[in-house]
Amino acid sequence: MTRFLAHVRIVALKDLRCEFRDRQVLNAAISFSLVVLLMFSFTFDPNTNIEVRSLSAGLLWVVYLFAGVLVLNRCFTRETSNDCLAALVASPLSGDALFLGKTLSSCALILAVELISLPVFGVFFDTDWLPHFGRLLPVLALGSWSFAAVGTTFGAITASNRLRELMLPLLLFPVCLPALVACMSVTWGIFDPTAVTEIGPWLRLLIGFDIIYTLLGVMVMDAILRAA
Amino acid sequence: MSEPAIRARRIAKYFGDFPALRGVDLDVRAGSVLALLGRNGAGKTTLLRILAGLSAPSSGTVSFPAADSSDRIQPGRIGVVGHGAWIYDELTAAENLRFFGGLYGVSDPGRVVAEWLARVGLERFGNSRAAEFSRGMRQRLTIARAFLHEPDILLLDEPWTALDDRATQLLSALLDQARREGRAAVICSHQLREAFDVADQVALLHRGRLAFRGEIDASLRERPQSLYERLP
Repeated sequence: MTRFLAHVRIVALKDLRCEFRDRQVLNAAISFSLVVLLMFSFTFDPNTNIEVRSLSAGLLWVVYLFAGVLVLNRCFTRETSNDCLAALVASPLSGDALFLGKTLSSCALILAVELISLPVFGVFFDTDWLPHFGRLLPVLALGSWSFAAVGTTFGAITASNRLRELMLPLLLFPVCLPALVACMSVTWGIFDPTAVTEIGPWLRLLIGFDIIYTLLGVMVMDAILRAA
Repeated sequence: MSEPAIRARRIAKYFGDFPALRGVDLDVRAGSVLALLGRNGAGKTTLLRILAGLSAPSSGTVSFPAADSSDRIQPGRIGVVGHGAWIYDELTAAENLRFFGGLYGVSDPGRVVAEWLARVGLERFGNSRAAEFSRGMRQRLTIARAFLHEPDILLLDEPWTALDDRATQLLSALLDQARREGRAAVICSHQLREAFDVADQVALLHRGRLAFRGEIDASLRERPQSLYERLP
């Protein structure tokens, strides 16, 4: 168990170290999310249309999912250059440790993008998120984990595919839909306590989604790597 | 007679309808270096990948009887130099070795990494990113990565690629030491002279079949190309 956890930690730290060295993904994902939020703020002006406020949580999570794809696309691409994936397969690293390490690092990066773009969202959509931050943070973490768990599994499947940058979102978006709807509903419920949305069931759905797709990734990763 | 370190039995591998390997039997003793040779497309790399557990054979079995009574591949006991460099360009040389040392459970990784960087002549470049390395430096780092955890079995695919004369000597010395320590090594190469300098056994693959298997004698060392005269 100690060795397993050590492997998870080693993989996660290696991925984060690689990312912070060149910051390719982080810069691209942050820039992308800020630009899309800016475009949304002009397209759906919250000052002229009060209905837009009720959509803002949805828009926010769509931006997060799109930005997350940029992070997740890189997750296994890094392993294919210099054939590093073969080095991992030939090593004592188990598929489940690789999956959890990569999910952890991707989740951290997606969360970082979310936290950086959240204040910008607050300004563009005139949303006072700061008083709700304590309740919002677990939702951001759960949502990031759901994208990361599904994205890591599909990232491994599409790693050796030449069209992987197209394939990953095609696979990821439909599967992540329940998590996306849950994140939107919980976030809107937090932003507007008067909204009719009940947070509890959506939160349970999100937690259940995370558990199911984490277990699925843990179970199938070895087989995916052997087939790659 | 002791158990072989590597035992491959009736290995076949098909890519679609194309037979890359056709019923190859191969034993490699502990304390022996086997040169696995053959012309392009003979099946050398395919066989090496199967031995390393990177590819599943279409049929046949691979076991490591001397190292593991359960006859299952234990990745921690194998060191591989593959076609790719298997190193991360974003990390420094020392970080690359520490990462793989961590995966293989190397004890006292700081000391071991420093030792290996010095052994492969990269001690001054430990904090340089692998992306900045020349081809030869990358190959030296790759060799350090493969030997880092003192594996019982070494599987090396074209290990002399881009190595200069000093690095070639270093690799020869490492393989010689591995042999003396009772480890087994398989080397795929087209560089016959280098392979015969370090190996004591030779296996020649031809169109997916084992065409010749034997000791490397003085006549082969003197005239390496004569090996191919044994082909049907």
